[in-house]
Amino acid sequence: MLSIQGLSYSFEKEKPIFQGLTLDVRRGEFVSVIGTSGSGKSTLFKLVTGLLEPNQGDILFDGQKTGKRLGRVGYMPQKDLLLPWKTVLENVLLPLEVTKERKQARLPEIKKWLARFGLAEYESSYPSELSGGMKQRVAFLRTLMTGKELLLLDEPFGALDSMTKRKMHKWLLGLWGELQKTVLFITHDLEEAILLSDRVYVLQDTGIKELKVNLPRPRSSQLIYQSEFLTMRKELEMLIHNES
Amino acid sequence: MKASLKKWTEEYGLFLLVVLLLISGWEWAVRQAMIPSFIMPAPSAIWGALLENKQLLFEEHLPATLKEVLIGFGLSVIGGLILGVGMHFSRSIEKVLYPFLVISQTVPLIAISPIFIMWFGYSIWSKIAVTILTAFFPIVVSTYDGLKTGGNEYRELLLTMGANRWTIFKKIQLPMALPVIFSGLKLSVVYCVVGATIGEWLGASEGLGYFSRRMSGNLQADSVFASIFLLSMLGILLFLLIGLLEKQVLKNKNRYN
Repeated sequence: MLSIQGLSYSFEKEKPIFQGLTLDVRRGEFVSVIGTSGSGKSTLFKLVTGLLEPNQGDILFDGQKTGKRLGRVGYMPQKDLLLPWKTVLENVLLPLEVTKERKQARLPEIKKWLARFGLAEYESSYPSELSGGMKQRVAFLRTLMTGKELLLLDEPFGALDSMTKRKMHKWLLGLWGELQKTVLFITHDLEEAILLSDRVYVLQDTGIKELKVNLPRPRSSQLIYQSEFLTMRKELEMLIHNES
Repeated sequence: MKASLKKWTEEYGLFLLVVLLLISGWEWAVRQAMIPSFIMPAPSAIWGALLENKQLLFEEHLPATLKEVLIGFGLSVIGGLILGVGMHFSRSIEKVLYPFLVISQTVPLIAISPIFIMWFGYSIWSKIAVTILTAFFPIVVSTYDGLKTGGNEYRELLLTMGANRWTIFKKIQLPMALPVIFSGLKLSVVYCVVGATIGEWLGASEGLGYFSRRMSGNLQADSVFASIFLLSMLGILLFLLIGLLEKQVLKNKNRYN
């Protein structure tokens, strides 16, 4: 689905954020990227979406190098970035407005998703009337409505309190089977990374390390209390501190 | 009805009370002959002058000034929006124009006005030129700055959805700029009244500025004050009108988090 080869990037005249980075994401996978602040996670996303151009290396979609990457993936930034003057439904329709797609034809499908996201009664509410968790769900649904197969989620639950975050994990795990999407997910929460992903990439100063999460799906959010989970978490922590 | 009256009193009651006190104090001071009336006429005398000249003021001079203000404001809005949007879209337009805009505001109006009289004569256009010079600046600046309020994050989000610059402008930047643009419009419309008055002072055959200048030449302080009163009322009224329009347009847009 997505394959990154030998990617290097540096902001003007500064020391490179990463050098020779290689990773790939297969169709239908949930892959997380973790790393400390400043390790270049968000920059990686901007490169993949096409907002930035790499100094070196290739970003391939389905094995092909395409000239224009903008508009190829669904991108969900850290902040919800909902438009305050638009209702929930109108916000979700934004990607269709941008691509000038016929809204009417997709309205039944969108209403179905709104219900599935627990937002049916709020479709004519404004973002200021919603809770943090709901806003994040609206932003996620908006990302989904881009219709792209690959979704890039940049710390979508980073700003939520731990209780709400827990609920969102449960909700996302329950939804994952239906989604039929491929996700690349940024987080700095180890528990979240293991719970949600098939594979975890750890961005280090020296390079990138990979960890496979061999936990069966569908998963329950109770998984975090099992010993397998804890072992994996320890392993991951060691990778981050580069002690392996 | 009762509730709205109560709210209104809460909102403006104190202000009106102070105004009333000031006017009474003023009237009293003049009547006690503490201030000579040719320097500071009593409010009642100003009101009298207003009534005495009402035909002249309301049928000749006020419409003349209003016409200059409206044409000047209209042209400033059109020009200001075009320049502001142009500067937003093109770095080179911005680089070339911005210094000129600032320079245009540092030129003393009184000094440049004789030039306008030379160019446009005593016609309405010399007044409109002064009006535009004072009024377009806040519109350009508020449009240009307003279009930046959306920030980079929204722009990037829409870019990843495959949007072009025009779509980003239409969907994000313009709606986000509207509150700022309206602030600029409110400032500008008040400046228009000032500009038109200055223009009339320097050379005109009608208008409230011309009238007040003629009356001051005759040492008729009460008539001068009457025209100043009308000018300030005109400014307030236009300001409120733009405010009303703003409320109408931004009905949903002010739901900021």
